[in-house]
Amino acid sequence: MTQHVRFYQTGSFAVGNRLLPAEARTVQSDPTRANSLTSGHRACRGCGEALGARYVLDAAMRATGGRLVTVNATGCLEVFSTPYPESSWRVPWLHSLFGNAPAVASGVAAALKARGRTDIRVLGQGGDGGTVDIGFGALSGMFERGDDVLFVCYDNQGYMNTGVQRSGATPPAARTSTTQAVGPAPGNVFGQGKSAPLIAMAHEIPYVATATIADLHDLESKVERAMGLHGARYLHVLVPCPLGWGSDAAQTVRIARLAVQSGLFPVFEAERGAVSAVSPIRHRVLVEEYLRPQARFRHLFEPERRADVIDGLQAIADRNIRRFGLLPGEQT
Amino acid sequence: MLSQIEGSRAVAETVGHCRPQVICAYPISPQTHIVEALSALVKSGRLTACEFVNVESEFAAMSVAIGASAAGARAYTATASQGLLYMAEALYNASGLGLPIVMTVANRAIGAPINIWNDHSDAMSQRDSGWIQLYAEDNQAAADLHVLAFRLAEELSTPVMVCMDGFVLTHAVEAVDVPSQAAVDRFLPAFQPRQVLDPDAPLTIGAMVGPEAFTEVRYLAHTNQLRALARLPELADQFAATFHRDLDALVSPYRCDDASTVVVALGSVLGTLKDTVDGMRTAGMPIGVLGLTAFRPFPAAAIKTAIGAAKRIVVLERAFAAGAGGIVSADLAPVLPADRELYTVVAGLGGRPVTRDSLRETLAAAFAGRLAPLTFLDLDERLLRAAEEVPS
Repeated sequence: MTQHVRFYQTGSFAVGNRLLPAEARTVQSDPTRANSLTSGHRACRGCGEALGARYVLDAAMRATGGRLVTVNATGCLEVFSTPYPESSWRVPWLHSLFGNAPAVASGVAAALKARGRTDIRVLGQGGDGGTVDIGFGALSGMFERGDDVLFVCYDNQGYMNTGVQRSGATPPAARTSTTQAVGPAPGNVFGQGKSAPLIAMAHEIPYVATATIADLHDLESKVERAMGLHGARYLHVLVPCPLGWGSDAAQTVRIARLAVQSGLFPVFEAERGAVSAVSPIRHRVLVEEYLRPQARFRHLFEPERRADVIDGLQAIADRNIRRFGLLPGEQT
Repeated sequence: MLSQIEGSRAVAETVGHCRPQVICAYPISPQTHIVEALSALVKSGRLTACEFVNVESEFAAMSVAIGASAAGARAYTATASQGLLYMAEALYNASGLGLPIVMTVANRAIGAPINIWNDHSDAMSQRDSGWIQLYAEDNQAAADLHVLAFRLAEELSTPVMVCMDGFVLTHAVEAVDVPSQAAVDRFLPAFQPRQVLDPDAPLTIGAMVGPEAFTEVRYLAHTNQLRALARLPELADQFAATFHRDLDALVSPYRCDDASTVVVALGSVLGTLKDTVDGMRTAGMPIGVLGLTAFRPFPAAAIKTAIGAAKRIVVLERAFAAGAGGIVSADLAPVLPADRELYTVVAGLGGRPVTRDSLRETLAAAFAGRLAPLTFLDLDERLLRAAEEVPS
């Protein structure tokens, strides 16, 4: 694929964009940005999670006036940012275990409340493994108690840190190292997996939102919105992983955008259990356009095209579009 | 002031007087009365500036305590048995991070078969978790040890487990002088965390450490625990000066001075043992009892001193390692001079009463040199035969 390199992508909201008027810039383009996750860390080239975490945390720092404490689950983000004796974190940061980040965040919030330090806000973060699988009990507990925590899931749809194994957030048909592209039904099983945002909504917490690193302004505004509220809040951010998805490191943002435009990843907000806003799809694409650049779906196109499987994924996207009304004005 | 009070309530009131800032708990028998009483203290407003968090599991209980402690709050929880195992991963994490959490373990057996009654299998299974472990002989000690535990934990920045026998102590009503608020305030200063999550001084806590420094982290944890061996008797002296009663912080020797046989044990069984030994001494058998309050760190030097010239050491174990034998015995063996005989008696598993009659019989056998190195008190041969006869 030919790529036209533009150093100043006005209108794209890309990192380092300084040609936009100051009020239209992202937090990252602001010379006074917090740099909460600063440079020098060991994330892979093109890491969606590193990008997502930078924007989430700097936006949260801006929204809280720098009065922020973070709790991190075990996973890529923790590993690549804190190889002793180095740390990329310029915010107070605590890592305990893989499956307990929401509970640890609850503990931090309880401590701050007991100490009368409610000026300090709490943000928990983890990957999809730490959030929707092993940490899910703790997350649900944090939700139902209404603890004053924003929990952010950086969803790259698998256990990338341990070598790309399937998680409860891995999409159907995707090849992982525990759902290999072999046998009569290659890749991950259809009909499995869970939507953490919908389950979060079922707790009727004040705020649930999804976002991707393809629309950083949207991501920032959702973080800001969430930090303006109290109680348990949840933000689920799609962050493509070039290593696990088998995609070009330069295509991370584009692939996240295709996930949204295909309807496979609905972007929405919900308040107290009800969807309150959706990001409509502006240029709809078929799922095939999203699947093709990713080696984890290569078995759908080689050695022969698996129309049945691609149709199955298209049906999931179509259902999302209908369910969330992602194409307003269009009768679906 | 002495009052007739249930052990759990005595502990809860004492913990309340220690002014915890975050209490989190998940219910499990026989721990429940402790956290119920603490919940009532917080909810009624008697215990202020404290958050009581009803969590969804013991794993979450310890995790909430970890977050709370790292954010500068004095954190407390209580559990037992399966609950302790369910939080095992977080136990190691709390000690690795050096967080001075205090936890009560209402000692209970571990299933299967499921069994809610008392033994020490739960706490013993976490002996290598990096937590300091203090065992209470009675409810006065259980209450007092909590005050000591907070002080020690925060001085050393390491977590402390106070172990009290489930039901036998937690549900027993006896006379306890609950440490008063004023006295606890004199003994226990406000929590000054060694490091804290603070936006004004950002810290990274819980970084990944590779082979280049991991051993050193563990070594320092070890030396920190050894520091507790020196500090515990000093704190016990300060405790005595403040509360006007003695507290055995490492070991509690009873009639060991002229004993040729010494029985080593932990927890509430010590009372029965002392009664038994009194009777046997009348019958001319110079037997002593050595209670261990501290099991982690292991008070090797204090044990050696207390044992003195005794020829036979009988370890009464309320837990054991299947396929190996005694747990306390295994720690004790390298401490003993080569000319001593060491016997392990596994007793009172899953709440079976440890009676004076059985103890007398076993100790008499030890005294006469007729005891096997490893025995199980009151083993019911009839049940063993029945198990063999079950058709496969």
